[in-house]
Amino acid sequence: MSIELRNITKRFPGYTALDNISLSVATGELIALLGPSGCGKTTLLRIIAGLETADTGSIILENRDTTNLPARSKNVGFVFQHYALFRRLNVFDNVAFGLTVKPAAERPSKQEIADRVMHLLKLVQMEWAAKRYPSQLSGGQRQRIALARALAVNPKVLLLDEPFSALDAKVRQELRRWLRKLHDDIRVTSIFVTHDQEEALELADRIVVINKGKIEQEGTPQEVYDHPANSFVYNFLGNVNVFHGRVRNGKVVLGQRLPEEHSELNGHEVKTGQAFIRPHDIGISRIRNGNDHPGIIRDIRLTGSQITLELESAGFDRPIEAEISRESWRNLELTKGDEVFITLDKVRVFTGDFEI
Amino acid sequence: MRYRFRPFPFSSIANMHLFSKRQRRILPGFGLSMGYTVFYLSAIVLVPLSTIVISTFGIEPERFLAAVSSPRVLASYRLSLSSAFFAAIFDAGAGFLTAWTLTRYRFPGKRILDAFVDLPFALPTAVAGICFATLYSPAALPGQVLSRFGIELANTPAGIVVALIFIGFPFVVRTVQPVIAELETEIEEAAQSLGASRWQTFRKILFPHLFPALLTGVTLAFARSIGEYGSVIFIAGNLPFKTEIAPLMIMSKLDQFDYDGASAVAFVLLLISFIMLLVLNGVQRWQQKAYR
Repeated sequence: MSIELRNITKRFPGYTALDNISLSVATGELIALLGPSGCGKTTLLRIIAGLETADTGSIILENRDTTNLPARSKNVGFVFQHYALFRRLNVFDNVAFGLTVKPAAERPSKQEIADRVMHLLKLVQMEWAAKRYPSQLSGGQRQRIALARALAVNPKVLLLDEPFSALDAKVRQELRRWLRKLHDDIRVTSIFVTHDQEEALELADRIVVINKGKIEQEGTPQEVYDHPANSFVYNFLGNVNVFHGRVRNGKVVLGQRLPEEHSELNGHEVKTGQAFIRPHDIGISRIRNGNDHPGIIRDIRLTGSQITLELESAGFDRPIEAEISRESWRNLELTKGDEVFITLDKVRVFTGDFEI
Repeated sequence: MRYRFRPFPFSSIANMHLFSKRQRRILPGFGLSMGYTVFYLSAIVLVPLSTIVISTFGIEPERFLAAVSSPRVLASYRLSLSSAFFAAIFDAGAGFLTAWTLTRYRFPGKRILDAFVDLPFALPTAVAGICFATLYSPAALPGQVLSRFGIELANTPAGIVVALIFIGFPFVVRTVQPVIAELETEIEEAAQSLGASRWQTFRKILFPHLFPALLTGVTLAFARSIGEYGSVIFIAGNLPFKTEIAPLMIMSKLDQFDYDGASAVAFVLLLISFIMLLVLNGVQRWQQKAYR
């Protein structure tokens, strides 16, 4: 285990940022801490880095208890949301900084530092910028320099605090893929914080979903996406239709349709519940079959490769959003106002009153 | 916002005409505000100062030289410049620390302390001068305590430096303060997570960042100190060749109706100040060049 967090709790005046969090990260893993803003994910990252202290709990980095070590003794690389580059130093000196501040006995020679810096700049594809100053670089370039700077000291762990959120969409996507590739090459244990589910799904080996200072679920991107543990995770990971329905005798009443079988809810009394279904899990057809709900197309939106339909159906208080491929859209020859049949077989139901 | 001396932008006036033909300015009001700026600088700064230059050029060269090169006047220049220099250096340290404390930490009474900084701006300088003279005279306790340690402030250059420190102090604090406030704490956190100690973080990252503002503050304090009169003359004792400052020489020449002599001394003082400011301004530009 490279990182082991045990029962971390952190309270700020008025609220609890982290509530008894335990987490282990294997060596070489790339973990995403995913959650809405204010959920405590950044605080957790800062505690691991030693930039903040936990009220209780311990942090073990590579079998060494580092709970009470100051940030500078932790040997942790930290990448900030707004880069935090040293404006008065050029790119080379920024990357070299961590090496030049080492005590004389441990400090590599000038030549070794230069070699290491140039190696890292090559790694982040910025060797041409060694003599530039941060203000002369774009956001994406600055963040790559920040990454090189953090890697210069051979950190045991790399922590990234919303590293791409200050960048525009295109650059963000590029950097995301690039970082994934970089991580595959250098395999340094990494944790990154994000509120962007897409980023987490695409980049991480494992996702830890955090809400209100607690871990809601952890698992591979596929696990958390396909099998969300609760309504929060379901809702947070991607677009979703939420229906408020009643659960009776283990059966969900949705719209005006007959109850459907949901074995996991057997034995429950009449309860209110929430039914979730992702837009792309909704089936649309022209022909009625069994359990379909009749509906009317209110709006058609082209969202890149997909077509988003806004449907209205009797018994549903909110419009239903469905996503279909361009191909099936063409085949079905759908236009506004058409009547279609909606299949909601893949719906998942969570009982209890979970607030979103 | 950083207060900085800039030489008068003659070049932009020259370019103005060309520019307006090629492209329309997006920001409105350039003509009006530029006109106002030129008028203001002329009416408030250039015209009054030019009277010195004009009246100086009316003096015969021999008299001018005689006035500015008399040993007593030369001694006063030396004293004014050196005491202003030492005071500015002291203010650099003290002002920097004060600005740091007032910006970085939260403590009870901070606002009151912050208001104290501006007092030297507000207080009539003569009042401050009389306070110093009373406090450090051999008759008063602080003066006696200091003289026990071999420090004599009354009627000595050291006393002049003390008065100038008082005058220059707020300039340093007020120029450095906003720049410290602007510093992101993330920068320090980044340095620390890279293994830098507090001292290394300060020396390698924070100080270079704050240096231009500090230099500006020190320049202002220095410039102000060269011309300072009211707060100095009471503690200085005004002993010829020893504790006479240059502004005092001007005043005493005026008292004797030696207007030419006064103009000549003032002209040289003006020239020295102007050159000093230009040099420091150049240093600052050179400092800034790489980063923006």
